[in-house]
Amino acid sequence: MADTTLNQGSPEGTAEIRDAYMAMTRTKRMYGGIMLVVFIALMTSGFMLADSRNAGGFWDGILNIFQFPGEVLAEASAKAANLPALMVKFFPSLLETVNIAAASTLVGGLLAIVLSLLSTRGLARFPRLIGLFRRMMDIMRAVPEIVIALVLIFILGGGPVPAMIAIAFHTAGALGKLFSEVNENADLKPVEGLASVGANWAQRMLLGVVPQVAPNWLSYALLRFEINIRASAILGFVGSGGIGYDLKNAFSWGQGRYDEVAAIFILLFLTIVFFDQLSSHYRNKLVGKA
Amino acid sequence: MTAIADMPQTESLHDTATRLIARKRILAFAVPGVILAYFGYLFFAFDIPGLMDRARMDNAAILVADSYSYKTHVTHDNRNGGLSFAVEGEAKGTYPEGMVPEFVTMSGDDAVRIELKAGESAEINGSTLRYIVPDYGTVTVRMEGREILLDTPDGAVPDWISASSSRVNITGAGGRASVTRARTEVFRYSFGWELFWFTLDSPFHGKTPVELAGLVLSGDRVVEGKSNLAAIVQDVWTNKMWRHSDVLWAIFETVLMAFLGTMGAALVALPMAFLAAKNFSRLMSVRFAMRRLFDFVRGVDGLIWTIILSRAFGPGPMTGALAILITDTGSFGKMFSEALENVDDRQIEGVASTGAKTLHRYRFGVIPQITPVLLSQVLYYLESNTRSATIIGAITGGGIGLLLTQAMITQKDWEEVSYYIVLIVLMVMAMDTISGWLRRRLIKGA
Repeated sequence: MADTTLNQGSPEGTAEIRDAYMAMTRTKRMYGGIMLVVFIALMTSGFMLADSRNAGGFWDGILNIFQFPGEVLAEASAKAANLPALMVKFFPSLLETVNIAAASTLVGGLLAIVLSLLSTRGLARFPRLIGLFRRMMDIMRAVPEIVIALVLIFILGGGPVPAMIAIAFHTAGALGKLFSEVNENADLKPVEGLASVGANWAQRMLLGVVPQVAPNWLSYALLRFEINIRASAILGFVGSGGIGYDLKNAFSWGQGRYDEVAAIFILLFLTIVFFDQLSSHYRNKLVGKA
Repeated sequence: MTAIADMPQTESLHDTATRLIARKRILAFAVPGVILAYFGYLFFAFDIPGLMDRARMDNAAILVADSYSYKTHVTHDNRNGGLSFAVEGEAKGTYPEGMVPEFVTMSGDDAVRIELKAGESAEINGSTLRYIVPDYGTVTVRMEGREILLDTPDGAVPDWISASSSRVNITGAGGRASVTRARTEVFRYSFGWELFWFTLDSPFHGKTPVELAGLVLSGDRVVEGKSNLAAIVQDVWTNKMWRHSDVLWAIFETVLMAFLGTMGAALVALPMAFLAAKNFSRLMSVRFAMRRLFDFVRGVDGLIWTIILSRAFGPGPMTGALAILITDTGSFGKMFSEALENVDDRQIEGVASTGAKTLHRYRFGVIPQITPVLLSQVLYYLESNTRSATIIGAITGGGIGLLLTQAMITQKDWEEVSYYIVLIVLMVMAMDTISGWLRRRLIKGA
């Protein structure tokens, strides 16, 4: 390096620099090319493998892809008059699904607040245990909801509570991480001020930190709520309560109840879109764009 | 500052402050109040009192006990005679002829003595069971014709024994026993995951790690025609009790679903994002159509896509991968087009000024700018999709999700359930680590 900068003026120096640059570009291109080839190989071999282990092949399936939606649509349009009544019928289970999502976001969010405050440097109540709380959140995030839900269904029986606890557990881990990232940017001066007048830890957090970070927390929690509605619908399908369970029943009944399937599809779609819009509206309002 | 400058405004400033503080004060009570009221509503909406009734804490106890211990059945067939010893009472865990667990001593042709825990022991002699409890005495259960008779030292039936003329169950501190007309059985609990490495028919069963290491290094072959290491690996891999090969395949399938789905979605979404971005797509109608398409795909949600696709493609990893692909195409499309709208035009103009064609302008002017954003989002989704793939696998029937639900539905192999849970958590954490590492490598390198 030193040599090339010294010989900058001479033509040999320029050539040297150019050669070095071209060599570097070539290596970079080669690495890029190799990565691309590896990626394409992974994708195609993965695709072929998945195709071979699937019950129905890809090319057979792609031709049938509109068959099931077609059947549902045909039956739903034949019984279109039933749809409003069916939607009313399924509204309570939809409410349950939304309630599961809201309750789990709330419980998980409250837990995440405590966990995040305990695992942020500078704010933690027990600074030695920061690592422990972080690992705890990592594990909470890593456990898929279905695992906890199925175990709890075995113990508590069906219903909304297993799903609620399962989603809340995961939410606590996921939000805890995001919250603690927010906390790290909080100004410590109010906390110091409160400490100087003898406030205890809970008071310092509540009065010094929470007002600073609450809008960001709320915005993450809203995003999570959106995700949790989807999760609670899926968990209903796999195990317990809510609209997912009704969908599973109507779906496994097969032809003859596709009007119910269609009604649930529509309800679910409208709900998800509604809450997506609602949460993105409030998120934009909360995070500075107002 | 302004308040000091213009004194007349102090009054209104004071009012504003009072109003703000009053509002804060109301909020400080209202927010917890609303949350509490909502929980009160949920208490009844979710039927918490009914849940307390329905909760099966005995199931929880079984689950916990089963996840770290296993039971060995010592069974006497009361109809045809003959004793058998089996781990968890399963055919694949049955001890071969001439081999007995170490806590069992054969005291006759049809008689056996079993050392249980907590000082208890049991004897089976024909169909007769003697269960010996220290400080209490010997409980004897006999068959007379079709009747099952129970003798306790004091004549009374304690609460840890349930007895009728057709069935007697004894639940001791160190084991369990049951007598029916069909069989006399004693269950002994032991710590650990049984036969995790080698099943009973393997020549390596019961060897310590040191012995195994010795076998690997020694030249004498235990299995004819195979090196010891290969034989050991083969026996672990084909373990019938734990099905290690199937489980690892299932984990791999789940990761494959997540990988194919996420990467496929990114590849599909990128060109569509160009069509949806304001600065790359001149036609309003195309932009609008693309945006609505993204919204629609996201709104329909993974659950519904999974159901529709599982109808067309049948169960398997391909179905799960496609479900993830379609759902995430919507999310990626939205995020990528937002990233594209934020690109710096100067860089593109610079490339254009050298006379580059459209494709080159995109390749050198746009792609380098958005790569870090795109990559970090794709890698983040890869980790989160590993979790989704577990659930989707449970719905479509593929991967570790399927194994987990199957093991749960049988409600008996809880040690397998805990094994799967541990593997799933490790898998997600590994994906998290890998995606984080790649993110740091690729984005710094770019």
